[in-house]
Amino acid sequence: MLNPQVKPRVNKAQTAVETAGVKHSMNPFDELSIEESVRIREKKSYPNGVTDIVAFTAGPPKSADILRTAMAMGADRSIHVETKDGDEIEPLGVAKLLKAIVDKEKINLVVLGKQSIDDDSGQTGQMLAGLLGWPQATQASKISFEGDGKGVVVEKEVDGGIETVKGCLPMVVTADLRLNEPRYASLPNIMKAKKKKTEKISAADLGVDVGRRLKTVKVIEPPPRQGGGKVEDIDGMISKLKELGAI
Amino acid sequence: MASILKALRPVAQRITSTARPALRPARATRVYQHARPLSSTPCRRDDSADIPPTPITHRSETESMMAEAVSKFANDVIAPKVREMDEKESMDPAIVEQLFEQGLMGVEIPEEYGGAGMNFTSAIVGIEELARVDPSVSVMVDVHNTLVNTAILKHGSNWLKKKWLPRLATNTVGSFCLSEPISGSDAFALATKATKSDSGYRISGSKMWITNSMEAEFFIVFANMDPGKGYKGITAFIVEKGMKGFSIAKKEKKLGIKASSTCVLNFDDVEIPLENLLGEEGQGYKYAISLLNEGRIGIAAQMTGLALGAFENAAKYVWNDRKQFGQLVGDFQGMQHQIAQSYTEIAAARALVYNAARKKEAGEDFVRDAAMAKLYASQVAGRVSGLAIEWMGGMGFVREGIAEKMWRDSKIGAIYEGTSNIQLTTIAKLLKAQYTS
Repeated sequence: MLNPQVKPRVNKAQTAVETAGVKHSMNPFDELSIEESVRIREKKSYPNGVTDIVAFTAGPPKSADILRTAMAMGADRSIHVETKDGDEIEPLGVAKLLKAIVDKEKINLVVLGKQSIDDDSGQTGQMLAGLLGWPQATQASKISFEGDGKGVVVEKEVDGGIETVKGCLPMVVTADLRLNEPRYASLPNIMKAKKKKTEKISAADLGVDVGRRLKTVKVIEPPPRQGGGKVEDIDGMISKLKELGAI
Repeated sequence: MASILKALRPVAQRITSTARPALRPARATRVYQHARPLSSTPCRRDDSADIPPTPITHRSETESMMAEAVSKFANDVIAPKVREMDEKESMDPAIVEQLFEQGLMGVEIPEEYGGAGMNFTSAIVGIEELARVDPSVSVMVDVHNTLVNTAILKHGSNWLKKKWLPRLATNTVGSFCLSEPISGSDAFALATKATKSDSGYRISGSKMWITNSMEAEFFIVFANMDPGKGYKGITAFIVEKGMKGFSIAKKEKKLGIKASSTCVLNFDDVEIPLENLLGEEGQGYKYAISLLNEGRIGIAAQMTGLALGAFENAAKYVWNDRKQFGQLVGDFQGMQHQIAQSYTEIAAARALVYNAARKKEAGEDFVRDAAMAKLYASQVAGRVSGLAIEWMGGMGFVREGIAEKMWRDSKIGAIYEGTSNIQLTTIAKLLKAQYTS
């Protein structure tokens, strides 16, 4: 996805945000997911131990950079479902791909970002849990495991407090902002990541149809912001609001 | 007619060059003429490596990842502390610790010693990225990597390597002590003496302008063992912070790179063990010359990073924030031409820096390239960071943000690791040797 520091612009055809020649980086929520997986291993919080962390992406060839970052952060290997430049897979397509990978790789915990930050869909995790028939916990701000090696307790921030949910493995968890603070890939780990493997695979190899089911009608930029005015004090604000007929 | 001759010149040159094959070393026959069809310059590339030449801005995958990781770290972790560290004239110990954690203090140290095991250009990339945010942090990393670590890697005994490389990569800051009150540009006039003692060596004298000296616990010290032999008596030693007779005499207050420590060091009959000899006796001057030749590329990268940082800071301001006469100030042609000129100069300086780094890595002679890179990069850094203040007007002049700091920081680029005049002398000396018949 686009680097969050970059100001997105709508392309000329008004069909999407311009992605050519713009800096890309990992979705911050996905970064949290990778970090959490590595921490679960490092802190040995899962009693049976973490045997394998697989980073996954579906995107154009350039997405391989994201996987290398994930492996430099601590993932053991990665899987890249390669698409053509400009082709974008919808959340349902990604969920189907993930299901195929989960089945193939015998994975028992999927941690993903709670949403993409380009289109803010927030659907993939939920769809994946539905397709797999697994329990899901969304927007996790804390993940812990019970001693039996099955129970997973997830805390999530809701209005006015913390909601705690419990489920059993296998499970899908999506990461919220305060789950952790992702590490920077250290230089020795960047070098180690070079020796880790990335498996390239196509949607067809997995027998998944990622064809589009949604049609984007039009993408437009928000109207430019009008400059506001400053008021001296509360009285000033009240009179201004009255002037505008707001009160 | 003249123009036809001109057009034929490349062909003619190629014919003459193949006509006297005996004068040329044996080479692979494949020549990449397709890439430079009109060039009259003979292709100098060694074609045994079957790779067409790439743009000088091309980075390896490792180098790009390095740039990205360091840039992110610098912007998230260092940037919020830059102003405070400058005002306090001290380096935040938490930053030093994180530099070690990130592996930035052992870029070229092999993995077996706990370093990252990366190449020289990666170190250059890291130094440049750090300088975009804070040239003070950048010079700490630069001196530690390009001078100290390299000295041990190249000249250290196995014992020294095993003992110190893992520490230099993970928790011990190093410092390079050559300059003295009486010897700066004339580095080998140094007066610090070393004599043989029963258990090793005894060092006495003092050093000045020593970068990293507050934070460092490991010092490479150059001292003369036999002043009668002149510079051929100069020998390099390792002094540790806790050794008896070693002291920090004075911390300098400076114009720029204030967060980087610069001190006067005293060596009052410091006894060091035999193992702390670096390399061989009497070879110190050779080590210093070769280390500084490489180190210059690091300083040049610090300066291009600084120039980029100052440029970007100002460009963002004039093209997004500041409006006068009803338009963004960056939309005035007078501004745009200055901005375009500045960026061109930065790009030219970076080309020199990366070319010098690549030549060093390829094992080619790079002394003149390093001198040119350091000279020009420091000039560009001074010019661009100065203009950047003017573009920003009052906002550039105040001690907020980084504009005025970058300009102050740029000044040191023309002074340390060989002044601009020393670089010019080096360049001219090599040119003269080339053109004297």
